[in-house]
Amino acid sequence: MNEFATIGELARGLRQGDYSSVELIRHYLARIDANSTLNTFITVAEDEALNAAASADQAFERGEAGPLTGIPLAHKDIFCTQGIATTCGSRILENWIAPYDATVVDRLAHAGAVLLGKTNMDEFAMGSSNENSYFGAALNPWDSSRVPGGSSGGSAAAVAAGLTPVATGTDTGGSIRQPAAFCGVAGIKPTYGRVSRYGMAAFASSLDQAGVFGHDAQDLAVVLSIMSGFDPRDSTSSDRADSWLTGVSESGLKPNDEGLTIGLPSEYFKDLNEGATLLQAAAKEFENAGCRLTQISLPHTDAAIPAYYIIAGAEASTNLARYDGVHFGYRCENPKSLEDLYQRSRSEGFGIEVKRRILTGTYALSVGYFDAYYLKAQKLRRLIQQDFLSAFEEVDLILAPTTPGVAFHTGDLTDDPVAMYQQDIFTIPASLAGLPALSLPCGFTGGLPIGMQLIGPHFSERRLLETSALYQQNTDWHQRHPEVA
Amino acid sequence: MADIDIKHLCRLAQLALNETEHQAVRADLERIIAMVDQMQAMDTEDVEPLAHPLEADQRLRPDEITEVVDRDRYQRGAPATRDGLYLVPRVVE
Repeated sequence: MNEFATIGELARGLRQGDYSSVELIRHYLARIDANSTLNTFITVAEDEALNAAASADQAFERGEAGPLTGIPLAHKDIFCTQGIATTCGSRILENWIAPYDATVVDRLAHAGAVLLGKTNMDEFAMGSSNENSYFGAALNPWDSSRVPGGSSGGSAAAVAAGLTPVATGTDTGGSIRQPAAFCGVAGIKPTYGRVSRYGMAAFASSLDQAGVFGHDAQDLAVVLSIMSGFDPRDSTSSDRADSWLTGVSESGLKPNDEGLTIGLPSEYFKDLNEGATLLQAAAKEFENAGCRLTQISLPHTDAAIPAYYIIAGAEASTNLARYDGVHFGYRCENPKSLEDLYQRSRSEGFGIEVKRRILTGTYALSVGYFDAYYLKAQKLRRLIQQDFLSAFEEVDLILAPTTPGVAFHTGDLTDDPVAMYQQDIFTIPASLAGLPALSLPCGFTGGLPIGMQLIGPHFSERRLLETSALYQQNTDWHQRHPEVA
Repeated sequence: MADIDIKHLCRLAQLALNETEHQAVRADLERIIAMVDQMQAMDTEDVEPLAHPLEADQRLRPDEITEVVDRDRYQRGAPATRDGLYLVPRVVE
């Protein structure tokens, strides 16, 4: 069995009876076990997975199988799963079991996908290296002395190592695209509102969006087609009927042949060293395939990191107020008073980066500072969005690096939060603008993968994915895999 | 940059830091605030703040009861409950 098979290939194998879903799931469970030192999973749901696989096999016997029936997947440990622990990578939720399934979890389970387990992540999705997980950092399968990126590092590393063909993630400022780039896999952050966030633990509500990792554009499209869609239980869910998306598993993703105009933002390339030639080669590849390249400018790019860390911090400080040691999750020993209970439960339950973000947000929202910080950041957010909207009057898509360089070494940036924050410089602007964006592997430098980012107008996922399919049709970077156990 | 009163922020955020953490967080926050203060030099005159990336309004729904009370299930994840109530240290003597 090909360890790095796409779900399209696995679905064919299941349909043809090359293997049963139970056999397939046993294979992946064994791979997860053999690669446990990568620490990509917080919880492996072996019994539940084998039961679900047996049900999938029965569905095949009854002739009721869909495109995801019996296909293994993993969820980032930020999505609520009824009966299976949901930790958000935090001590404060170490033993918490959600009383319901997230909409994403529910939809994929109904489509017959089999949940292998819950993947490692930076605590409450705050981080760019996975080192902020209470359960220890996940490692990069290309070089275990390096980080897999974050916050959805466990999902990216698990897909890269062939421990699951696809995995979900969430992206607030780059938490899908950056680890996808560091691990050499594809990852898409859809338009804000495309995928329901019901049952997805909130970090920064005006930014959070769920997405998916896989090897090729077709797999991303198929999983996205099941995950997305209107959900009355999420007040930010967009009510859209995209027939291309709902039909994509049958019709397949057609490589884009529209001769698109692709913009290269000068602000993203000016200081780029590592990967610059690979990005240029990727751009050339699009040109050879009939696209037109043009230089563009996104002049407010410098405002993105400061604005983001105020907005995300402010929203996080509000969202994380719910972890109080009373309603659910961790409680300190022998609280002397209600205030002592709150303070010690939160202080013992949260890690240092979560505390930093809460305090940054609290500072920005405190009396006398609101206008100077939160309001100012929201104004800059509009300017950043306007940069993109103006650019999209001239170009169909934007091509940019995903990260400033290859995956860095574990421990390199842990002492300097501001240096860590700079890692997100190329992913944050699209997040602030609510735009869909994805990262694809576009080459290697020193044996480590480099990612390119495609950013499109709101709800242009079709163009993004079809353009990715065009690139992957003409290149084979997505078929390079690390040597793992 | 204004002086950052960590003790005050911790009180607002219901966090308690020991002396070592206090010093470390103070140094980190000073660096973070210095970084975000780059915003102050950027011109945002006459720019409307953007609160929602799609500028959507909050959707309204018919005023009908949709939630079900399932207290037992929801309280299963709570650290301490009795008779459907959440237990906390005594607040009023």
